[in-house]
Amino acid sequence: MAEYWRWTEQRWHDEEIDWRGGTLVTAGVDVGSVSSQAVVVVDGKLYAFASMRTGSNSPESAQKAMDWALEGTGMRLEDIGFVVGTGYGRVNVPFSNKAITEIACHARGANFMYGPSVRTVLDMGGQDCKVIRCDERGKVTAFAMNDKCAAGTGRGMEVFADLLALPIEDVGKLSFEVEEEPPPVSCTCVVFAKSEATALLREGWPKSKVLAAYCSAMAHRVATLLEQVGVEQDFAITGGIAKNIGVVRRLEGEIEVKALPTKYDTQIAGALGGALFAQNLLRKKLSTN
Amino acid sequence: MITAGIDMGAKTIKVVIVDDGNMVGKAMTIAGFEATESAERAYTTALGEAGLAEGDVERIASTGAGRRYAPHAKHDVSEVKCAVKGAIDLYPNARTVIDVGAEEGRAIRCTEDGNVMDFALNEKCAAGAGAFTEAMSRALEVKVEELGPMSVKSTNAIPMNAQCAVFAESEVVSLLHAKTPKEDIARAVHDAIASRIVSLARKVGFEPDVVLIGGLARNVGFVDSLQRALGCDVLIPSDPEYIGAYGAALAARAG
Repeated sequence: MAEYWRWTEQRWHDEEIDWRGGTLVTAGVDVGSVSSQAVVVVDGKLYAFASMRTGSNSPESAQKAMDWALEGTGMRLEDIGFVVGTGYGRVNVPFSNKAITEIACHARGANFMYGPSVRTVLDMGGQDCKVIRCDERGKVTAFAMNDKCAAGTGRGMEVFADLLALPIEDVGKLSFEVEEEPPPVSCTCVVFAKSEATALLREGWPKSKVLAAYCSAMAHRVATLLEQVGVEQDFAITGGIAKNIGVVRRLEGEIEVKALPTKYDTQIAGALGGALFAQNLLRKKLSTN
Repeated sequence: MITAGIDMGAKTIKVVIVDDGNMVGKAMTIAGFEATESAERAYTTALGEAGLAEGDVERIASTGAGRRYAPHAKHDVSEVKCAVKGAIDLYPNARTVIDVGAEEGRAIRCTEDGNVMDFALNEKCAAGAGAFTEAMSRALEVKVEELGPMSVKSTNAIPMNAQCAVFAESEVVSLLHAKTPKEDIARAVHDAIASRIVSLARKVGFEPDVVLIGGLARNVGFVDSLQRALGCDVLIPSDPEYIGAYGAALAARAG
């Protein structure tokens, strides 16, 4: 059976950077419930990252992501001065020196990825959705979170990709191939949204129209969470769903605020924030020694 | 007087024919895509079972989520009223009625005359409804009917961390990977739904006798978990999924 939900795992490193000449080499590892990322930062610059599916074993997933990020760089784990673990499996990163919550790490990562003007970060992860307010240094000032319900999370989108037998990375684009915007499906429960969608398909709705109805349900759900803490501009979206324009554009329309663009992979925000925290911690460690 | 009640549920349609207060015919169909047609079929079957013709039925009332799409029915009655009407007719001492269907769960407090005092409802989330057991039986790769008998064999209560049915499916898969016995997982599934239903029951301040109706009353594992969570026994009629339709038929008689 084809696995339509399966998004592309990725790795990258900056060939231009000579890490051997670096002073502060640190890493952040974000073990989420659905995906795991490892990020390496060298003297304040993003050097390498890997993003992959979390397996059934958290320590193993952390190790795999780290190994993959280091692949082809010549860097070994011992060359990294400080590692911060974050995400729901943060205490299960065997090689980490410290665990920091994903809320703090996401704010910090977003501050780097989108610039210090960011005041509101919406992180749409695999099994949760967070709204984080932060200051110009990426320090958290308030947050709200849904981690109880799949509505508004990446997992919910995966369920729909499977139901419609469409690759998850095409969902956003396809959802705009409609003549007019349909009313949203049930936005509180993925299970009920799924049975509604099945009925609509039987009624003859094209897949793109069903997707449009689901993307707008998801946007609406997330907008409700945003209302709890309020959106102060600039606004940024991180996590896997940030790559889904079907949800992002509809959300922007609903809250009447545009999200900032970024050249970075939106899934690495947590791990990147962890690596940046690790840098401060390493500096402190080196100065006390 | 001969009356009929049609319960247009989210997943199944139930029809009950009542003659002088007695259930004389009943039938159930899958709602499917054409709910009105499915109801029509159930109605014909129920009449056949009762040995009656359409012309013999004096009044028809509908209930359930799709009650406006019921054929023949001249008026519709809320699910809450029908649940109480049906339950109190069978159990005059009922003070709390718990109704758990495919997509909804509700707890109702009522008086001895069958008046509704208070009710609490979950219609927004699959975690407190029959849909949850269906999703979990898929993850466990067992038939949904097997889930109950499997659950009562469990000797070990394990917690379910996930509340959401979608997340719970992944949790069940992880538990299976960790070689957790299926019996214990099935019990954890029923404990989870029971705890949601009990929170509804607490909202209305439940009192005995407690009557359990709806399709999930057929699931012995859920009943077991619910009784444990409530701290009291529940009364279950022989046709628990038909009580809404039965209540509607009784309501039709009253006019």
